[in-house]
Amino acid sequence: MGRMTELPTKGGFSFDLCTRNDMLLKNGLQMPPFRKTGTTIVGLVFQDGVVLGADTRATEGPIVADKNCEKIHFMAPNIYCCGAGTAADTEAVTDMVSSQLQLHRYATGRESRVVTALTLLKSHLFSYQGHVSAALVLGGFDVTGPHLHTVYPHGSTDTLPFATMGSGSLAAMSVFESKYREGLTREEGIELVAEAICAGIFNDLGSGSNVDVCVITEGKTEYLRNYQLPNPRTYISSKGYTFVKGQTEVLSTKITSIQPKVEAVEGGDAMEE
Amino acid sequence: MENKLSGFGLDPTGVERRTFLEEGESSPKQSLYSLSLSASLYLACFHLLSLKLGFILLLLSIYKMDLDLSAPHSTGTTIIGVTYNGGVVLGADSRTSTGMYVANRASDKITELTDNVYVCRSGSAADTQVISDYVRYFLHQHTIQLGQPATVKVAANLVRLLSYQNKNMLQAGVIVGGWDKYEGGQIYSVPLGGTILRQPFSIGGSGSSYLYGFFDQAWKEDMTHEEAEQLVVKAASLAMARDGASGGVVRTVTINAEGVTRKFYGGDTLPLWHDELEPTNSLLDLLSSSVPEPMST
Repeated sequence: MGRMTELPTKGGFSFDLCTRNDMLLKNGLQMPPFRKTGTTIVGLVFQDGVVLGADTRATEGPIVADKNCEKIHFMAPNIYCCGAGTAADTEAVTDMVSSQLQLHRYATGRESRVVTALTLLKSHLFSYQGHVSAALVLGGFDVTGPHLHTVYPHGSTDTLPFATMGSGSLAAMSVFESKYREGLTREEGIELVAEAICAGIFNDLGSGSNVDVCVITEGKTEYLRNYQLPNPRTYISSKGYTFVKGQTEVLSTKITSIQPKVEAVEGGDAMEE
Repeated sequence: MENKLSGFGLDPTGVERRTFLEEGESSPKQSLYSLSLSASLYLACFHLLSLKLGFILLLLSIYKMDLDLSAPHSTGTTIIGVTYNGGVVLGADSRTSTGMYVANRASDKITELTDNVYVCRSGSAADTQVISDYVRYFLHQHTIQLGQPATVKVAANLVRLLSYQNKNMLQAGVIVGGWDKYEGGQIYSVPLGGTILRQPFSIGGSGSSYLYGFFDQAWKEDMTHEEAEQLVVKAASLAMARDGASGGVVRTVTINAEGVTRKFYGGDTLPLWHDELEPTNSLLDLLSSSVPEPMST
């Protein structure tokens, strides 16, 4: 029997490679920039429910990695969550909590409540002490009514009637602070959200492309993907691109046959228990 | 009601319930050994916390997550707790800032722990929210086991235990205030580090620096409820005038034998101090018309 090293199961991050990374950085290696959602995400409460909005640009440093990504994540049929920060973190944490909510629905036999999602998110993020870089706008409609919350990477939450997060949050908040009032109608709410997102798209470099909107009311959720497309591709070459067969020039050819490393023996010994 | 801008139109007397457990009715059972239960609760908390948080603490302390203890005393807030004859008045500003940006201009920093004990939170929002959630949970269990409302001292000590045992990880300065039938109105201060100190009044947060002299002069024993409330509001507005990290509206919570009363003081109801100007050409005027008019000089 081989020796088995007993290690206690570790939770949380493993920082084993940190010294190696430091050494690599010192030797001049460029760290690949992780993909962030530069982002403008907003939410507001109107008379019948909540409206969530988001832009659709995902950036990797200065490059736009995805021109039309989805930042409004599904949590429950009546709860959606917009995510800003590191794209992987927001995806992973919303997927995880969405699964936990579904299991909870099976266990309780009831529709999920927004505060449940909120508590699950905040306790996960707090335990990672801010290293899971997910800043979320969580909105939904449950038996207790419409709710809108913001969740910060360190695990603190706020409950607000209108909220913005992400790099474009200041631009969007300026729109909300000027024009928000209680008791907006559905059309007014959607229009205000779209306007706030556009403020982020046009005034923040980390946000851009299109506007996604999600309207959650009692018993009904409408996910309006690409509700507005204020950045159409204006010049498309009419000729298009054609690649003729044989167009690529062959410079040289080298053929290497694969050497067999394993000898297959016919017959052999029968397997024994 | 008051104008729409101050405090989002949320019912200011409504307490936002952020419950750790699902809300439900539980009838406290009669218990014969309440004192020993309190003691065993302390021990249980110690073990529970050591297990739950100890592991994270261990991992994170190894990887240099130590709190910089030379950082400024408290951050981004003004919180006040004052006793009067009959109960306590807790007060706080409403600004939550992330760096130089105000993340929430109408936050509620006075959180319920039990029906008769509330806590004013200052420091890291995440840390204080988690502490409040844990303590609310422990107190709920304690109340069931005890068979009667928890005392303010127990609540404050639970906060203190969490704060002290995780002092390297947390940045939380709180004021616990409440009323119970044994000692009446009490205020306990639990600053950074996890000391517990019972005081007739207490101030905390970055804005409190500007209030030490004010309270030395203005505080007196055995005030009436109105006097205490006015003192708290005046003090909070003075601190908000001078501290950049405090602002917004003033929220107060009064706890006495009759119960709990929440009050809300919008920015425009607060007095103006030295060099503070009347608001002119503000959005308050523009919003009354449906179409925003251009501002006139």
